[in-house]
Amino acid sequence: MGYTNLAYVIAAILFILGIKKLSSPKTARNGNTIASIGMLIAIIATVVSFELLDFKLIVIGMIIGSIIGATFAIRVQMTQMPQMVAIFNGFGGGASALVASAEYFNKFGTVDQTTFLTATITLSVFIGTLTLTGSFIAFGKLQGFISGKPIVFPGQQAINGLLTLALVVMGVSVCIGGGQEMNMFYGVLILAAILGITLTIPIGGADMPVIISLLNSYSGVAAAATGFVLMNNGLIISGALVGASGLILTNIMCRGMNRSLANVIFGAVGLEQESITGSEKQVKVKSTTTEEAAMILEAADKVIIVPGYGLAVAQAQHAVREVADLLESMGKKVLYAIHPVAGRMPGHMNVLLAEANVPYEQLKDLGDVNPEFDNCDVAIVLGANDVVNPASRHDTSSPIYGMPILDVDKSRTVIVNKRTMNPGFAGIQNELFGFDNTVMVFGDAKEMLTTLYKDLKEL
Amino acid sequence: MEIINILTVFILAIFVGFEIITKVPPTLHTPLMSGSNAISGIAIVGAIISTKVGGEIGTWLGLVAVIFATINCVGGFMVTDRMLKMFKRK
Repeated sequence: MGYTNLAYVIAAILFILGIKKLSSPKTARNGNTIASIGMLIAIIATVVSFELLDFKLIVIGMIIGSIIGATFAIRVQMTQMPQMVAIFNGFGGGASALVASAEYFNKFGTVDQTTFLTATITLSVFIGTLTLTGSFIAFGKLQGFISGKPIVFPGQQAINGLLTLALVVMGVSVCIGGGQEMNMFYGVLILAAILGITLTIPIGGADMPVIISLLNSYSGVAAAATGFVLMNNGLIISGALVGASGLILTNIMCRGMNRSLANVIFGAVGLEQESITGSEKQVKVKSTTTEEAAMILEAADKVIIVPGYGLAVAQAQHAVREVADLLESMGKKVLYAIHPVAGRMPGHMNVLLAEANVPYEQLKDLGDVNPEFDNCDVAIVLGANDVVNPASRHDTSSPIYGMPILDVDKSRTVIVNKRTMNPGFAGIQNELFGFDNTVMVFGDAKEMLTTLYKDLKEL
Repeated sequence: MEIINILTVFILAIFVGFEIITKVPPTLHTPLMSGSNAISGIAIVGAIISTKVGGEIGTWLGLVAVIFATINCVGGFMVTDRMLKMFKRK
């Protein structure tokens, strides 16, 4: 037993070192390998040292799981990363809940069943099951199986409140006993499953980064709770790391949208904001052609590209990289400005651009890139809207007031590409489009960039 | 006493987590997420233990748990590697 725990400590150290190496793209891949070795050590130590294990079942389970996991990992497209992480979160939470349930059935009515054990089992089953169903709903929304729009109905929050209350009551009665523990245990299981669904269906597509991060955190907390059930340091440490990671990312995403977590979970944005009329005043825009845009770019020394999710929707990552490479070969400095909520999950846009072979030195985040706009000649905004709306700096009546934005308007010229004049996700007009230094090029991002590339070549 | 010990481990691990994760740059937040996701597949250790011969329902739940956790570990580490491979210098 002593050696097993030593192995778990080694595994935990390798996990920590692995995450530490994620602090730079140079060492990150190495770090991931180190963490996976840690996992291997933990698994081997467990299989070797526990007696009476059913090896046949373990091998069968691992083979099935490996095939499914590897298939997912190899076939998933980078645009689908959010839903894949969502579904993996679900499996992680589900595994924790199952382990805790197994422990409950095995120890039920025996001398080993202490109140501490029952309490941690209940907690693990609650969080794990909620993560499982919540993640599957998030997966369904992102994959398009369920409407990505917030699904709301009257009394929704009251129902969630009642569910939570019932869960607490049932959870407590599982722990203190009274003859109905087993039924109460099933009750916790079922209600947690329902709560996972009802908490996730009102979340709109653009709020998904927050929810995925939060579910990520939950899957860690569930693993840690299972660690308490089994008194296993390996699970506790790893679970705590993942829980902290998810929480930090949740916080970063909320800050990126200038909203509180409570507002994201209960706000159902995207429905109510359609009624906002405050910024209804029409902006007068100057529309131009790609040829003219090419001429503006030719005169520039420094160009900053601002990609939004619209760019990924148009599958224009490669097209933008080609234009950027061409501009660089013309001797211009090119950077990419990535807003924290530019994609559908934390860091998503960076992965999409890395896939299109954009070198990571060019990918700049909000804090680093904003000072760069001061001496920037041209900012090209592609499929981004709310994250470049200057109203967030001064218009207190705007729903995005206070949200950190990319200061594109400080560039000498701003070229904005959009499909149509439709307002962005928050349903508000963008005053940037009417600024004197802004020109609009309408059309699909991919087509626009392909023509722009030709026009630049022909100059 | 044992409970206090593991609580200490838990709390210290959270602090370590906050320290190292805040150092991960936004560029790598997606791989961080899928990688930490794979780490939460550590539940596989619990899953293996719960296949212990004896409790019948427990053993079967253990099998499903092993499958779930393996998907998480294998898929998570593989897809993270696939992503990190794409991050290149000029």
